[in-house]
Amino acid sequence: MENIEARVKKIVAEQLGVNEAEVKNESSFVDDLGADSLDTVELVMALEEEFECEIPDEEAEKITSVQQAIDYVSAHLNK
Amino acid sequence: MTYSRILGTGSYLPDHILSNAALAERVDTSDDWIVSRTGIRERRVADAADKTSDLAVRAAEKALANAGVDKSAVDMIIVATTTPDMVFPSTACIVQDKLGIPGCAAFDVQAVCAGFVYALATANGHIQSGLAKTVLVIGAETLTRLLDWEDRRTCVLFGDGAGAVVLGASDEPGVLRAKLAADGRYQHILNTPAQIADGKVAGTPFLHMDGPAVFKFAVKALADIAEKTLAEAGVDKSELDWLVPHQANVRIIESTAKHLGLPMERVVVTLPEQGNTSAASIPLALDAAVQDGRIQRGQTVLLEGIGGGMSWGAVLLRF
Repeated sequence: MENIEARVKKIVAEQLGVNEAEVKNESSFVDDLGADSLDTVELVMALEEEFECEIPDEEAEKITSVQQAIDYVSAHLNK
Repeated sequence: MTYSRILGTGSYLPDHILSNAALAERVDTSDDWIVSRTGIRERRVADAADKTSDLAVRAAEKALANAGVDKSAVDMIIVATTTPDMVFPSTACIVQDKLGIPGCAAFDVQAVCAGFVYALATANGHIQSGLAKTVLVIGAETLTRLLDWEDRRTCVLFGDGAGAVVLGASDEPGVLRAKLAADGRYQHILNTPAQIADGKVAGTPFLHMDGPAVFKFAVKALADIAEKTLAEAGVDKSELDWLVPHQANVRIIESTAKHLGLPMERVVVTLPEQGNTSAASIPLALDAAVQDGRIQRGQTVLLEGIGGGMSWGAVLLRF
């Protein structure tokens, strides 16, 4: 789990061009990290690539914070 | 074996420039918002008196002059457009009439923003099979006429213009590989659903786009088709000299370049000055880079585009 959390945070930091230290579990991509609508699309695509999974659009829309991304990846990698 | 190669390129842009600042006076948007999300700073808008065919003819005449080909040698005209002059006849027939070269084959290709690669691939097929020798391939649009100027998500994105190439038969390539694809399941994410029925326009005649969905689809599809086209041609991506992509969004272009391992200095980008001119964007960008000397004879160039349909394609060529 720690591994997933660290990997998610690293991707978030890379994609949104922010310092990894700023990326908290509770951070909202749009409100806290300054993401726009295309940033969030690119972020979901980067997560798909990193974790080799497909995130359906209706699921992707619900991933708006770092914790939600960690939860989604954790739940779907354990299946 | 007969191949096809580009003998000359030409383009035409309307004089009227519509800047982001001018747009911000008409609709609730800002230069900052448009530039950060799209890379677009201004776009051209066609004169009200001009039809798509007028733009097409001006680009075609320049391409013929640059190719050193007399218009009487043209035996096929293909116009890629989503904004034809009228329901029928084809814009290509109107272009033929305006060029004064009756008799040769003429038809339109409708693949929206992928139209030019579809038209070029079609022309290449006709030349390779011996059905044509000298094809005028034109991408021309007056797309701003499909815009709802109150929809700030879409009206900031598009511009008008035309680009053309003369594709001729050759003993050597030329076009190394063309590859086309479409997925009609995604027709709803980018469309203008109106039709003419019973003497009236039925349905909305404005361009509709689900931006994030198109963005995601485009990034994946373009990376995929670029890779497959190179593989089928047996060309390594390290051998590419130039990428001439459809100009829709600078972030899509950057993503494709990154996937190909190409620095942005090797990518022709006209988006800041032209916006998305749909089927015209690739020949406009190609002509810009040929005229300013960036693209040289013998270099390896990948053209690729994607648009409503969704439809997409790539053409790999030795210029």
